[in-house]
Formats: sequence, structure tokens, C-alpha cells
Amino acid sequence: MMTAMFGAVESGVIYAIMALGVYLSFRVLDFPDLTVDGSFVTGGAVASILIVNGTNPFLATFAALFAGFLAGCATGVLHTKGGINPLLSGILMMIALYSINLRIMGKPNVPLLAEETVLTKIEAWFASDWGILLFMLVLALIIKWITDLFLKTEVGLSLRAVGDNEGMVRSFSANTGWMKVLGLGLSNALVAFSGALVAQYNGFNDVGMGIGMIVIGLASVIIGEAVIGDSSIARATLAVLVGAVLYRIIVTLALRIEFLDTGDMKLITAIIVIIALILPKVLDKQKAAARKKKRLQQLGGDPVA
Amino acid sequence: MLEMNQIFKVFYEGTPDEKIALNKLNLSMKPGDFVTVIGSNGAGKSTLMNVISGKLTPDMGTVTIDGTNMTSLPEHKRAAKIGRVFQDPMAGTAPTMTIEENLALAYNRTKKRTLSFGVTKKRRDFYREKLEMLHLGLENRLQAKVGLLSGGERQALSLLMATFTDPKILLLDEHTAALDPARAELITNLTKEIVANLGLTTLMVTHNMQQALDLGNRLIMMDKGRIIFSANEEEKQELTVEKLLAEFQKIKGGGGLSDRALLS
Repeated sequence: MMTAMFGAVESGVIYAIMALGVYLSFRVLDFPDLTVDGSFVTGGAVASILIVNGTNPFLATFAALFAGFLAGCATGVLHTKGGINPLLSGILMMIALYSINLRIMGKPNVPLLAEETVLTKIEAWFASDWGILLFMLVLALIIKWITDLFLKTEVGLSLRAVGDNEGMVRSFSANTGWMKVLGLGLSNALVAFSGALVAQYNGFNDVGMGIGMIVIGLASVIIGEAVIGDSSIARATLAVLVGAVLYRIIVTLALRIEFLDTGDMKLITAIIVIIALILPKVLDKQKAAARKKKRLQQLGGDPVA
Repeated sequence: MLEMNQIFKVFYEGTPDEKIALNKLNLSMKPGDFVTVIGSNGAGKSTLMNVISGKLTPDMGTVTIDGTNMTSLPEHKRAAKIGRVFQDPMAGTAPTMTIEENLALAYNRTKKRTLSFGVTKKRRDFYREKLEMLHLGLENRLQAKVGLLSGGERQALSLLMATFTDPKILLLDEHTAALDPARAELITNLTKEIVANLGLTTLMVTHNMQQALDLGNRLIMMDKGRIIFSANEEEKQELTVEKLLAEFQKIKGGGGLSDRALLS
């Protein structure tokens, strides 16, 4: 049990970087970006092929960042220049990336077990079971911190305003089209970076490992917001990190139920997201009803039905 | 400051719904001019605003702002010279961002956006000083989210954001129409004060005739995409709501009752 939990937290922190990317598109830009399912694998593909061919694993992981950036920009251009609806431009890019990923990898699965990766290097440095967790935690926090700072810069502010009130920010001479392209690029850069780390963590990169990634990202964002809140940027990004870890813990616990096996993961994820989306509304409604009832009793009236 | 020459704009051309929104319209504004625009619905007032702001490109004619031909320049590129306040108090501000962040967005209208922070200590003092001009106490709520403000407060903030970086042209699109009478008066007074202090060249659309008479040094009346009546500074002093309505009926030629209801 403890090892399973430890693993859940460890991978949760790595996936948290992906969830931060989803936060950028889904919350900041208000753009539900399905490119994520493809760009996550693109990151893993670029990193693993470079590593297999002898590139320094840190450099290879860094390269994934750029590959993801390009993928996100492509989605952004489809939407802003091509006038294609946000969901559809993401889906189109996701499906296109499937083939591109296969081309990059050359085969559906690239094993990394025999290679020196970022993960094996860290393990060697720390010589402790906590090494990877600590390293990834620090990395995720640094990325969170940079994201927080970026969203407070002049460019970052207009990026947020694009998601908030596009017409307004255009009237303050921001090129909203390019802002969206930039935002989606940055979002998918983080997703691909996370994909590169996950591939090295798992010891292989598989062309199908991105399926449902957007939903996992959404689950992390929504669970985090429910638990931590999103009253400020720093708090919202922290919520995403916590949400990503909580999601992994929930899944690990769910998989311990006899009846369920690993193939049910996607179903469990979907159910978690559905619950996370519906539950807060139901709770709010109940709270409001209880409040109303109490107040009406004080007033001595009969509530309607 | 603003030259509009033979502006023509048609919608749904070649269909039974064809509508000529602006019909070879000419308008010229000198620096410091404050022109109020009245006219019934569908007269072309909003199209006029949108052609100036760049949201729409005219089919014919030229728009020159501050000596530069901007006829086909996209909205965000000419926004450096144009401040704009919309009718909807929600339209001019970003609700999930704080007051100071909104001001920082507006601050960048005339400047290139960089990776430096939008809110610094120095800038915050500057924003606070500007907010004090509104007399709404917003200067003490810099970190409040704009979504929490009332409609009147948001519209006052929109007005400040549109003007504090000295636009060449200020466009006011029925910016008091969605407010209650007390708030509308507050915003009207603020408009008067800000435009006078900064000497802004302003174009204001309104459905409120009294407001159109109270504000500005020139008045134009639009109908069917043309300017059908125009009053300069001296003529405007003489005008009353009654005289305006009479003028309108004279030009439209009777059947003024429904229009009277629309305009008063």
C-alpha cells in the first residue's frame, strides 16, 4: 500500500506539469485544447528518440519543450488564422500528431529501459528512494513559480485578458490572435515536457499513452480548485499541482478495489471528472436551500414545496 | 484629428435584407472637438463607431486619424490612438482580474507589451492617483477583482482606462444607457470632467437628447446612414429637445410619433 501511494505521489508530481499546461489553455485562455492528447506523446517521442540516439537526456527533455510549443502554436494558427472552432482545431491537431508521433518514433513503442535517462541520472545522484520525488517536486514548483510570474507580466496580463474579455483587450491594442497562439504554444510546451519525463519515468514511450490526457489534466485542475480554491493566480496554480497528486491518489485507491483493473482507468478518470464537475454545484444548491429554509422559518412563512 | 471621407458600408448586399448602413458619410473633427451623435435605431451610429475603431472596414471611403490613413488597419493596430467605452459595463473590463491589473492592461494601449511586470510599485502609485479622479474610493481597492464592482463602478473604471493614456480619439458608445439615472449622471459628469481636463477629441453616441445637448460643442443627427442635421457650437447653444424633435420631424417628413418615442 505504501509503495503504491508513494508511486502515486511521485507520478502525480510529474503529471502536475502537464496539468499546469492544461490550466493555461483551459482556464487562462478559456480554450479547451485537445491537442494535449497528441503533444504529450510528441514530448515523449522527441525525448526518447534523442535519448536512444545518444543525446544527453537533459537536452533531449528540453527539446520536447520546443516540440510541444510548435504543436500548440499549430493549433493556435488553425483556430485564429483558419477560423476553425477551438475544440475542432484541437481535435484536428491531436489526430495529426498521432501520425507525426509515429513518424518521430519510427515504431509504436520506444523502450528506454536500457538507456541513461534523466530519471536514472537523478537516482544515481541522490542514491535515495526520495530522490526522484524531491527533484520532480522542486522542478514542478519552479515551473509553477515561473508561470505565476509570467502571468503578472504585461504579456501575461493580456494573455489572461484574452480568456476573460477578448473584445476589451483588443481595444487596448493587443493582438488577441497571436496571444492565443502564444498561450497554446506555452501550454503544450509544458504538456510535452511532462510527456518526456513520464516516458523516462515509465521506461518507454508509447504512441497511445496520450489518450485521455486532456481529461486527466482537467480532473487535476478541477479537483485542485475544489480543494484549494482559485482566488489568486499563485493559489490557482498551486491548486493544479495539488489536484494532480490527489487525482493519482484517488486512482490508486480506486484500483485497489478487487473488481476494477488497470483497463478501467479511463472510466474511473471520466467518473472522477464528472463527480468533480457536478458535486460542487449540488453542494452549493443544498447549502442555498438550507439557508433559505432557515431564513424563511425565522420569518415565519411556509417555503414553496 | 478625424477625417471620414465618403464612407460607404453595406450589409447583406445583393439580398432582400440589403442594408446600407453608411451612405457616403463625411465627418471631420478638429482637435478638441466633442461631437454628440443622435439618431434612431438602425441609423448607422454603431456602424460609424465600428468603422472608426476598425472593427469594421468600410466598403468605400477613407478614415484618417491624426494624419494617418487607417481605413483598413485592423482594430488592435489602430487602438493605440483610440480609446473606447462600450454600452455594456461588462464589455470594457476583465472581470476575473484586479483593478490594478485592468489598469495595467490599459496602460499598455500605447506601448509594446514586454515581459516586465504590469503592476510595479511606481505604477501602482500612478494608478492610485488616476483612480482618485473618479471619487469612488476605488483607489483603496486596487486588489479587488473587477467582477465584484457594480455596473456604475465598472463603467467609471472603463472610462478611466480608455482615457488615462491620452487617446487621439475617444469613442463613447451609449456608455451611460445601461445604468440607472443616478449612475448615468455620475458617469456623464465624469465624462465631462475627463474630456475637459485632457482636451480629448470625442465622439459620443447617445439616445438621450438632453445628454446630447448638455455635452460637447457639436451635435449631429443621423438617419439611414447619413448625417441629416448638424449643429455647430453657436447653433447648439440655441437648441432644445423640442427644437431637435421638430427638426427631426421636418427632415423625416411627418409620421414622427414613433420616432419621437424612440428619441425622447
